[in-house]
Amino acid sequence: MSETLHIDWTRCDGRGLCTELLPTLLDRDDWGYPLAKRATNGDRSNVAVRPAHSEAAREAVHLCPKMALSLANQVAGFGQ
Amino acid sequence: MDNALWAFGRVSGIISLVLFTGTVLVGVLARSGRPLLVVPRFSVTLIHRNIALLATAFLVLHVGSLLLDSYAKLNVTDVVVPFLGAFRPFWQGLGTVAFDLVLAVVVTSLLRHRIGPRTFRAVHWFTYAMWPIALAHAIGNGTNGTSRWFLLLAAGSAAVVVGALAWRVSANFLETAKTRQGGLL
Repeated sequence: MSETLHIDWTRCDGRGLCTELLPTLLDRDDWGYPLAKRATNGDRSNVAVRPAHSEAAREAVHLCPKMALSLANQVAGFGQ
Repeated sequence: MDNALWAFGRVSGIISLVLFTGTVLVGVLARSGRPLLVVPRFSVTLIHRNIALLATAFLVLHVGSLLLDSYAKLNVTDVVVPFLGAFRPFWQGLGTVAFDLVLAVVVTSLLRHRIGPRTFRAVHWFTYAMWPIALAHAIGNGTNGTSRWFLLLAAGSAAVVVGALAWRVSANFLETAKTRQGGLL
C-alpha cells in the first residue's frame, strides 16, 4: 500500500529538512521550497511514497519545523 | 550527604546553564535553515532538541538536589512560585521564573503536533526571556556567581548569544534570504 505525502504550501517555509530526508522524492526550488520530483497530473504537492521511503517520510513529517507535511494512506489530494 | 547534595546542586545548575546556552545557539542555527558544515539540517534540529532535553534534565537535578538539601532552605512552593524564598528571594525567584518558562517551552515542544504552530511558536519565543533570566539567577544567587571564572563564563556566553541574536535579525539570516529578496525586486 502506497502513502501520499502532502505539502501544505500555506505553512511551508522551505527550510529544507524534508528534501534532505527524501532526496529521491523531493526537489528543492530556487527559493528553498520542496516539490515532488515527479508530478502526478500536474500536481507537485502530493507525493506518492513507496514503503521503502515510508520511514523517512514519517521523520520528515515529524521534524518539519513548520508542521507543513502530512502523510495519508493512498490517493493524492488529502491533507491530514 | 548534605554536602554532596549542595555541591551537586551548584554544579548541575552551571551545567544546565551552559547546555541552555548551547540550545539557544543551535536553535538559532536551526531556524536559519542552514546545515552545520557536514551536519544536515534535520540533524541540527535533533541536536537542538536533544541538548535542550539534556539541559532540562540537569535543571531538574539542580532543583531536585537543592530541594532535598537542608542548607538551601528550598521548599516545594519555591520550585513553582517565584520570589518567596528564604535566601536572596529576588535572585532565587528569577531561577523559579526560568524553571517555569523551561517547563512551558518543553511541554509545548513535545506536544507541538497537537497544539499547532501558533501556540508552539508563541511559547517558544519565551526562551529569549528565559535565558537572560537564568543567567541573572546564576550570577545573583550562585555561590560562585560573582567569582572571576564564572563571570568570565557568563560574559562569554552572553557574547555568543547576543552575536547569534544579531545574526538572527540580520537581513541574510535565512539560507534562502538572497534568492527571496531578489525575487521582490
